[in-house]
Amino acid sequence: MKLDYFEELWANQDEVITHSYVQDVKLQSGKTLALITLDNGKDHTRPSTLGPLTLKEFSETVEALEVRARAGEIHGLAVTGKPYFLAAGADLSKAGNLASSRAGRLFVELGHFALGKLGNFPVPTFVFINGLALGGGLEIALNANYRTVNKAAPAIALPEVFLGLLPGWGGAYLLPNLIGIRNSLKVIIENPLKQNRMLSPEETFKLGIADAIFEPQRFIEDSVAWADKVIDGHKPARKNKPGLFEKLVLWTPAVSIARKMLKQKIGTVPLAPYAALDLIDKAKFGSKEAAFKREDEELEKLISSDQFRASMYAFNLVQKHAKNPQGAPDPKLAIKVQKVGIVGAGLMASQFALLFLRRLSVPVIITDVSQERVDKGLAYVRSELDKLVEKGRLSVDDRNRYSGNLSGTLDLKDFASCDWVIEAVFEEMKIKQEVFTRIEEVVRADCVLATNTSSLSVDEIAKVLKHPERMVGFHFFNPVAVMPLLEVVKAPKSNEVSIATAMKVAKDLKKTAVITSDSTGFVVNRLLGYLLGEAMRAVDEGIPFEEVADAIAPLGLPMNPFDLLELVGLQVGAHVLDSMHGFSSERFYKTESLHKLAKYGKIRTKDSKGNPTGYDPEAIKIVSGGTRKRTKDQVFEQLVEGLAKEIRLMLDEGVVQSAEDIDLCMIMGAGWPFHLGGITPYLDRVGASQKVSGQSFHNPMIKGV
Amino acid sequence: MQNTYFVDGVRTPFGKAGEKGVYWNTRADDLIVKSMIGLLDRHPNLPKESIDDVAIAATTQTGDQGLTIGRTSTLLAGLPLSVPGFAIDRMCAGAMTAVTMTGSAIGVSAYDVVLAGGVEHMGRHPMGDGADPNPRFIAERLVDPEALNMGNTAEKIHDRFPSLTKERADAFAVRSQQRAAAAYEKGYIQQDLVTISATTPEGVRVVDRDELLRPDSTIEGMKDLKTPFRAGGRVTAGNASPLTDGATISLLAGDQAVKQYGLKPRMRMVGFAFAGVEPEIMGIGPIPSTEKALRKVGLGISDIGLFEINEAFAVQVLSFLEHFKIDDEDKRVNVWGGAIAFGHPLASSGVRLMNQLSRQFEMRPDVRYGITTMCIGLGMGGTVIWENEFFDGKKS
Repeated sequence: MKLDYFEELWANQDEVITHSYVQDVKLQSGKTLALITLDNGKDHTRPSTLGPLTLKEFSETVEALEVRARAGEIHGLAVTGKPYFLAAGADLSKAGNLASSRAGRLFVELGHFALGKLGNFPVPTFVFINGLALGGGLEIALNANYRTVNKAAPAIALPEVFLGLLPGWGGAYLLPNLIGIRNSLKVIIENPLKQNRMLSPEETFKLGIADAIFEPQRFIEDSVAWADKVIDGHKPARKNKPGLFEKLVLWTPAVSIARKMLKQKIGTVPLAPYAALDLIDKAKFGSKEAAFKREDEELEKLISSDQFRASMYAFNLVQKHAKNPQGAPDPKLAIKVQKVGIVGAGLMASQFALLFLRRLSVPVIITDVSQERVDKGLAYVRSELDKLVEKGRLSVDDRNRYSGNLSGTLDLKDFASCDWVIEAVFEEMKIKQEVFTRIEEVVRADCVLATNTSSLSVDEIAKVLKHPERMVGFHFFNPVAVMPLLEVVKAPKSNEVSIATAMKVAKDLKKTAVITSDSTGFVVNRLLGYLLGEAMRAVDEGIPFEEVADAIAPLGLPMNPFDLLELVGLQVGAHVLDSMHGFSSERFYKTESLHKLAKYGKIRTKDSKGNPTGYDPEAIKIVSGGTRKRTKDQVFEQLVEGLAKEIRLMLDEGVVQSAEDIDLCMIMGAGWPFHLGGITPYLDRVGASQKVSGQSFHNPMIKGV
Repeated sequence: MQNTYFVDGVRTPFGKAGEKGVYWNTRADDLIVKSMIGLLDRHPNLPKESIDDVAIAATTQTGDQGLTIGRTSTLLAGLPLSVPGFAIDRMCAGAMTAVTMTGSAIGVSAYDVVLAGGVEHMGRHPMGDGADPNPRFIAERLVDPEALNMGNTAEKIHDRFPSLTKERADAFAVRSQQRAAAAYEKGYIQQDLVTISATTPEGVRVVDRDELLRPDSTIEGMKDLKTPFRAGGRVTAGNASPLTDGATISLLAGDQAVKQYGLKPRMRMVGFAFAGVEPEIMGIGPIPSTEKALRKVGLGISDIGLFEINEAFAVQVLSFLEHFKIDDEDKRVNVWGGAIAFGHPLASSGVRLMNQLSRQFEMRPDVRYGITTMCIGLGMGGTVIWENEFFDGKKS
């Protein structure tokens, strides 16, 4: 095969090319090492990536060096990157736009063609992992004979599965054959699914991905000296390299266990993790060439798939769209929040206090109806801070700082100097109105007031205020510290300063904020309310829990609706359904049976580890008595059409500004998966959006080729 | 080997840094040159050719503080061309380091007479101006970026030692102002100031008094000052040293020169030490440097009769006092007030401490040992232990 084979890929003109610069390095031994530096000529804000023209240049560079190696001019070949980066992987901005599956296939083959040269080189090859090495970046290293890693490299990973792909430039074959089956499952499958976890340089070394690890100060110098020794015959030990026993006895069982756990965790809809599993399974025997061919085939399928396109869409939502919130006023309008007041000292309020203390680093004052409740709240926050210190996640200095910034009071006058007051009191209009009336009496004219209501009208709450323009909704998701979404509710009277301040606070809290209108359920509860309502409607009709869960499964949510109900709390779920029903009794279903289930306490039966095993007989009894009217397929069809209709309505009503906002909310606030792209790309693809409104949410639709 | 003596020292009156300060239109090198001439004028019998070296410290060595200021200033001061000079930087302990390094050179008899001092025009050279910290600091999280702001490091002392409250810091700061005012009243400070003519928009002024003193400070007035480094912080303009312009210089000599030129030394350098701490909490630096210095010379903290601690921040002095179990109001500590009142022109301050200690020695023959100590940016402390040449062996 020659480079010309890939000719049709060269047409791409706007690739930021990562160049391959060669320098000869004279080794201590007198031999010569050719050192390739990958550098795209941009600063640290633009990591080097690997596009077609980059791979072409790399390939040509290595070919030229091959000639020199055969001529005895060089005795080793090493690759490293510009400061702080080896490479951030394949240029996915291109992969996401490939017009045909053939182009995708060619790009994958080109990667194998170029990087594979490092594995079939006449003299030893090395990659000095000097910095960030993700996906294809790390696969450059895997294709070489030896690797060193910089102790200060910020992130090393094969995140492909997270994006609906698999490490298909040799990763799925080379890695398991380097570090063994269990370790490679962790790196290729488990970590990407754990919020895309990265490896530290130490882990990279311990796992055996790197043969040597060096301090950052002289990383290249030390790596070069080490390479000299290897060229001279030193063989690094590879204790995790799988032997025959592992391949014959441990390999396939380990893969089946992983497959079982995957099914339990993410269901069977996502393609990429299972495709990766299959390749890893097959990696135990056979030639590299055959393995690379399998990777070509699998990746071609994935790159052309709906799920990959949806994943890229979701990835861009989270990485780019989320950073430029739609409808946000000029951030300069925000007032500087130097003191935070929290009304309430219960669990939710205490979690707010903890978060505000840690992320805003400003004084936080809490209040409640009794000294006892205030003290309990303060004690909770302090004990949580202590726990963080014990876990080594917080320094004693910072614990003291935050603890010193925390105070409690029964006298609202102490809120006078607050710039931002948020309430987390009982979800009842009268109570919230009373709280804000009293707060407004003591705070400054420019203090912003925020309500954490999930179901009440912010406008209605603000009616009691002299200055309703200062009120915003600030809706967190539980658990507050973990869930990344904040719905910032712009009530009809909320002014720009209040919204700008809320967006700034959200950013400082490191949350993703989406601005919504003051409409019941905002985004997440409205759609979850609809989905759970439909699940309960089917249950009430007499369809068994199990079958309802099956009916909804094709959607590919990580959790079935009844597990989700238990997670948010049956009582909370019932409350959400009631309030959504109050909003529109035609569209939203509410049911007594959920209240009964809440009173009883559970739906699922669980094993000792808390994994669901089935459905509780008593729960089944509680919901029995319906007469079945629909098939599973009908339930599903009506559900997706209902969702499409609801989202169309939300866009028409201006709840948010775009379908992208809806998807961002569902990904960040409800954990809806990347491979669905949130939800709207999926609803387009299955034809639901077209059917209910005559138009799709995205034009062109987000789908594979 | 010979003893090293602190013979004499002078300084410019300290000015407020920035456009409103009296030295805004005055060059840093002129400040050190005038100090140098002022000092040498007090020692007419010392041949200028006898000066073996001139060490001048500045933290930001660019512009009018650049170009090897120890050498340019000797040329500008009209010293004989045969007298060499060099520049030194250890941030706030620049002048202190100028003294310890040249003093050590006297100890090994390489030198007999030196001038050591420092200058910092913080108006023209804000701290860290033009610096280009290695990106590794942030990339490898070697140092919290907050540590480059000294106010944050002081807040961190409050964090680490919750018993060091803002109230104690404010009270200490008020005492510093009061003690400085009392010392002025008695003329103790003025005796070692060289007057400086300074061009200002209102005409040429002849400066003969520190510009930043706030003798009327009260605890009540300090209570509600802004905490510029953090919301809910404890460090204020009241309990920290202000940004300052100024220069200091000292005359050091060895046994041989003292004898030969009839010099009258006020104190002998017993020993010194520098020590590093976390940059994020640089203010505690004087604790390990003092322990180290005491250990090296075989003395204990109870042997020390007078302390001159640089008051970069009140809380940083308090952390030292609390560590050595010394009362906040102890009469041995900063008897004439400190940097909170006078100001702290970074690389100059070390010699101000020494000069004040030497003048107190003069009045306290009952005291044998004293120390000058200071915290240093990027996480260090420096301590010099001195013996009183006026010590008469009697208890007070």
